[in-house]
Amino acid sequence: MLTGCRKALPMNDLAIRVRGLGKQYRIGGGNRGPYRSLREAISDTFRFPFRRRPNPDEETSFWALNNVSFDIRRGEAVGVIGRNGAGKSTLLKILSRITEPTTGRVELYGRVGSLLEVGTGFHPELTGRENIFLNGAILGMRRSEIARKFDEIVAFAEIERFLDTPVRFYSSGMYMRLAFAVAAHLEPEILIVDEVLAVGDSGFQKKCLGKMENIAQHGRTVLFVSHSMQAIRRLTTSCLVLSGGEVVYDGPTAGAIREYERLQRLATETASTYVANPPPRHSHVAQASVITSGPYGQHEWGHPLTFRFTLHFTESSQHFTFSFQVMDEQERPVIHCYYIHPVTKADYALGPVERGTYQVECHLPHPRLYMGRYTVTTWLTNRRSNQLIEKLSGILAFEVTMHEQPREEYERHPGEAAYVEDWAWSPVQPVEVGV
Amino acid sequence: MESTASLDKTAHAGFDPARSAPASPVICIEPTRGWVAVKLKELWDYRELLYFLVWRDVKVRYKQTVLGAAWALLQPLFTMLVFSIFFGRLAGIPSDGVPYPLFALAALIPWTFFANALGQSSNSLVNSAHLIAKVYFPRLVIPLASVLGGLVDLAVACSLFVPMLLYYGITPGWGILWLPGFVLLAMVTALGVGLWASALNVEYRDVRHVIPFATQIWMFMTPVAYPGSLVPERWRLLYNLNPMSGVVDGFRWALLGAGAPPGLPLLASVFASLTLLVTGAFYFRRMEKTFADRL
Repeated sequence: MLTGCRKALPMNDLAIRVRGLGKQYRIGGGNRGPYRSLREAISDTFRFPFRRRPNPDEETSFWALNNVSFDIRRGEAVGVIGRNGAGKSTLLKILSRITEPTTGRVELYGRVGSLLEVGTGFHPELTGRENIFLNGAILGMRRSEIARKFDEIVAFAEIERFLDTPVRFYSSGMYMRLAFAVAAHLEPEILIVDEVLAVGDSGFQKKCLGKMENIAQHGRTVLFVSHSMQAIRRLTTSCLVLSGGEVVYDGPTAGAIREYERLQRLATETASTYVANPPPRHSHVAQASVITSGPYGQHEWGHPLTFRFTLHFTESSQHFTFSFQVMDEQERPVIHCYYIHPVTKADYALGPVERGTYQVECHLPHPRLYMGRYTVTTWLTNRRSNQLIEKLSGILAFEVTMHEQPREEYERHPGEAAYVEDWAWSPVQPVEVGV
Repeated sequence: MESTASLDKTAHAGFDPARSAPASPVICIEPTRGWVAVKLKELWDYRELLYFLVWRDVKVRYKQTVLGAAWALLQPLFTMLVFSIFFGRLAGIPSDGVPYPLFALAALIPWTFFANALGQSSNSLVNSAHLIAKVYFPRLVIPLASVLGGLVDLAVACSLFVPMLLYYGITPGWGILWLPGFVLLAMVTALGVGLWASALNVEYRDVRHVIPFATQIWMFMTPVAYPGSLVPERWRLLYNLNPMSGVVDGFRWALLGAGAPPGLPLLASVFASLTLLVTGAFYFRRMEKTFADRL
């Protein structure tokens, strides 16, 4: 309430003050999906007329943000970093007033503009000119302000010739340039920016970064979320590192990046190897690892990939079979590799093995997996007894990146493809249609 | 959502980074509980966004359809033809002494506006989910923009009256000056129901299936195809608690001089529609904080 705000007497140069901020999300309890239906609500009212509402604690809930407190001074450029799911987006959404916190309080000393995305509200049927005004209004600019900056925006986006063309005819590069240009001319006292610099070609990205730097140097307060440590290093002087919804570091950028990298290592180091602990009494996979091109389960596209398994057998048999599948983020199997004898290529079984421990490697010389996160599922069976001895799933997490395969116009996004295939197009040639 | 004055003008006017910061925060964000204020002041601050959203809807609608503006004419025109043939001719429904086609049109034009405005506004939040997830603004702007967007169609449709009145040789009296008032009543009603429906639609996704059906029933409870004078006198006040019957009777009286001049029944309609608007606005504001998380 207004009176509550008046009570606080902050330090003189404060821009943002956050105290005990928390956000609890509910994951639809019981058999209920994310949305209720009116029919259900009405029938519930008749069945349980005296119960007000299901208790939130009965449903599964989690804290996306928990007891977060920090201060940001005026004119400071502060980065927010953290792994996916650390609570960065939730924090930005609360500061941007898109969603309400569950606990705590935020005080903002200045007009806030937030860019959680560029091009919000762009309509494909409207022209570039029309979209500049529409998008500007959505971002909170006055019409007079947009009119004043109009030429500057157009020049920045480099779209003069297409100003009166509906944006659905724009190339994705042009579209993103225009979208960013409008956003970059927002001039609030406090600017909140989510990962929006990762747009356009590298030339335009540099231009955007320059613009952002400019904003920060002009005494405005900037809160900036990015996965690009390069951009964070260039734009910010101090950072908050979030992990599991809590602030784990609040200080100079150099230290924050070290902390972030430590968290990153911690998470992937443990995930990209597997050790049976405690080892089961039956035959099993004792150890497994994925050998990626980079450290900590980071794998650059196109480089060879090796999976190494240490198998322990508690009995002798010539009928053991072993295979593994690579699963994508949606748990869909993408690759299935089953053991075949490297020379005879005939028998699918591992061949006669005695009790003991063995090692086997599977080498993929040219994996074509598209960028994304993957895990491995293993199958150890005995074919004679038709018995599944051990199935491990969700192990050996690794991530395929495509940093060495930049694409002009616009960058690659996860989920665009499952594979990068070799392909060859014929040139476009005119053909006679009809007879 | 947030719980204080949106923009404290004195606090941030003349921003100058070199100067010391204001002593009190411009914006405070805290969890809210239960009923909250409607905050018309903030809505006023966002009037330009409202204007652009209306402008976008209208522009896109007229750009995308082949028939463009003709669409706004055809819908009431064809309904009028069908009504005239089936209700006017075949069923012989009385029409307060005015030619039935004109009688039907005078009701169909405000009704079409109302039905479209209600349909659009009840789905407006769900259709703007993306905007709501990425940008802050008073969410009331969204259903309001859908209702206002219908006004252009209404204006286009109203041009149908000119040839019709000329053809039947009817000259409207001074009553026509009341017309904007009846349009306002239709708008307030559509917005009131639209606020309820759009907020309910976020929480309960089957509301969108209920709305078209409810609109249809509502049309038969409104004197669109028949004159309100068919309803027995002692039920009339209750009947007029349906604000749309006030609108339809009003349109007929203002344009054609048919029926009684505005009186107590109209007051009942105004009362009902304001009640819908006020309760709708408060319910909407109460639910507003959940929109971004639910959509």
